[in-house]
Amino acid sequence: MASNSRSSISRRTWIAATSGAVAAGLIKTKADAVKLVAQEAPTPPDDPTKVPGRFTSEVGVRAPEERPRRLTRSQTLSSSSRTPLQELQGTITPADLHFERHHAGIPDIRAGRHELLVHGMVERPMVFSMADLKRYPSVARTYFLECSGNGGGAYNRERMPVEITPQALDGLLSTSEWVGVPVSTILNEVGADPAATWILAEGADAAVMSRSVPMEKIMDDSLLAYGQNGEAIRPEQGYPLRLLLPGWEGNASVKWLRRIEVTDRPTMTRDETSRYTDPLKGGLSRQFSFFMDAKSTITFPAYPYTLPDTGWWEIQGLAWTGRGRITRVDISTDGGRSWTEAELQEPILPKSTVRFRHLWNWDGSESLLISRAVDETGYVQPTVQQLWEARGERTAYHNNQQRVWKVGADGAVTFGLGDLV
Amino acid sequence: MRRVALATMVLAVGCAPAGSSSAAGSSDGAEPPELFGFGSAASAERVAMWDIDVKPDGEGLPPGSGTVAEGEQIYLMQCIACHGPTGTEGPNDVLVTREPWEEWPAGRTVGGYWPYATTLYDYIVKAMPQLTPGTMTADETYAVIAYILYLNDLVPEDAVMNAETLPAIEMPYRDRFVPDDRTGGSVIR
Repeated sequence: MASNSRSSISRRTWIAATSGAVAAGLIKTKADAVKLVAQEAPTPPDDPTKVPGRFTSEVGVRAPEERPRRLTRSQTLSSSSRTPLQELQGTITPADLHFERHHAGIPDIRAGRHELLVHGMVERPMVFSMADLKRYPSVARTYFLECSGNGGGAYNRERMPVEITPQALDGLLSTSEWVGVPVSTILNEVGADPAATWILAEGADAAVMSRSVPMEKIMDDSLLAYGQNGEAIRPEQGYPLRLLLPGWEGNASVKWLRRIEVTDRPTMTRDETSRYTDPLKGGLSRQFSFFMDAKSTITFPAYPYTLPDTGWWEIQGLAWTGRGRITRVDISTDGGRSWTEAELQEPILPKSTVRFRHLWNWDGSESLLISRAVDETGYVQPTVQQLWEARGERTAYHNNQQRVWKVGADGAVTFGLGDLV
Repeated sequence: MRRVALATMVLAVGCAPAGSSSAAGSSDGAEPPELFGFGSAASAERVAMWDIDVKPDGEGLPPGSGTVAEGEQIYLMQCIACHGPTGTEGPNDVLVTREPWEEWPAGRTVGGYWPYATTLYDYIVKAMPQLTPGTMTADETYAVIAYILYLNDLVPEDAVMNAETLPAIEMPYRDRFVPDDRTGGSVIR
């Protein structure tokens, strides 16, 4: 697919290039012309130093061999897609690979017509165009965003997966540099009533997706975000404007934001009552469970990779917490009997992902690899047994259990939690 | 829309402290204003046009009403394809629970889980029917809610839903919803 589009673009490029090259006297023989064609052909030259390279382009494309793809589910209006964690480097998620979760599809919104209405318990109800919002003092901050259903596929003890990739299990996690205006700036602008305790945030999608958010969070670090990784937010992430609640479950960071109502109580929308509530043991259901607690997972080696050799391998993965900074990640290569502190890649940003590394000399024996994150509150990423004990087994939301990967004697890696429970 | 000339009002006050979040520096050393004034005043009509959410106490519910019988006709036309003939067959969300569950909850149905009846109005009037969202009138919305509640044995067959009756419905499991008690630190909850 990529090569087809490349060659259809290149035909015109080639004509322009060759006519220019003929005029410049560069094409003297048929072989010269063949070389110029070859540079655009799907088959790369044996020696790239012997063939001129491509020209500049307005929009770049990935190398033909690099084909990271989101993992999409069924094509329904309420659906999701997952970030290929095992194929990425560092911590930033390329915007076109950021996970998706839509409740009624991706709306087609033009920034020039989009407006944010702020009203309710305010002195001055106001409407803001995107140009208005961009004129306010802005901030840029790097935060992870994660769906609270992430990891839920490995909570049911009767259906513990084996052949599952980091993407399929934990790909509802992405990290971006977000740019926008603190919501507190806008609430100051409209004169929010100090007695207000909640807001209602509402999207302009076909679900008019709405969530109530406590005022304390809004005034702390919440953003009205319009930028993502150096460009405008992608349509799938809420173009042209989204709420961004750092460290909190992704659903509450309402996309395509069109309205904020300042209130003194939650609205009890469908997605904070019927969904995104967590039934516990004892017949209770946890509501407004916003925080994403500390998590980590190894992204290499992981299914479907097979280690081809024994010897030195760098175990890598991501750790994150919605409660501030990750302070430590422990690695076990023996199923949790012993632990070693992993190296954390600086900078360790609050409410962002951190890449960890651990050099491992694999001796060829079957090994269970586990990562365990610790955050600045002292919280230690729990085992699934601890979560079952604390919560019961009726919710898969907020499953932050220690992920386990099994390296077989043949080097094949699978999800290995089933061997420990 | 009328431009709000607030920035000048505040400048007249003198050296008002910068807004709590307006931490940007200014190039000439001047204090940023308490208010910038970028944006427009929202008219009451504009607010009313978009302020369609419904609170648990019924605030936001519009005039109008609907019966179970009217709701059944709407359900058969608008809802049955996704939610099934009796609200239990899918393929989309199961809406109905008639018998108490042995272990709560065995699903997220209206009668078996939803804590507030007003959420039905807030959700349906915005998001349903899925392919033509936001097209149902207030009367139609009340009616289809009456029918869904009737299917869940929460209202009798002659029930009428309106801005007074809907928030008065006591959903059976409301008291089971508790605030988040996770706090970080050493306790796993």
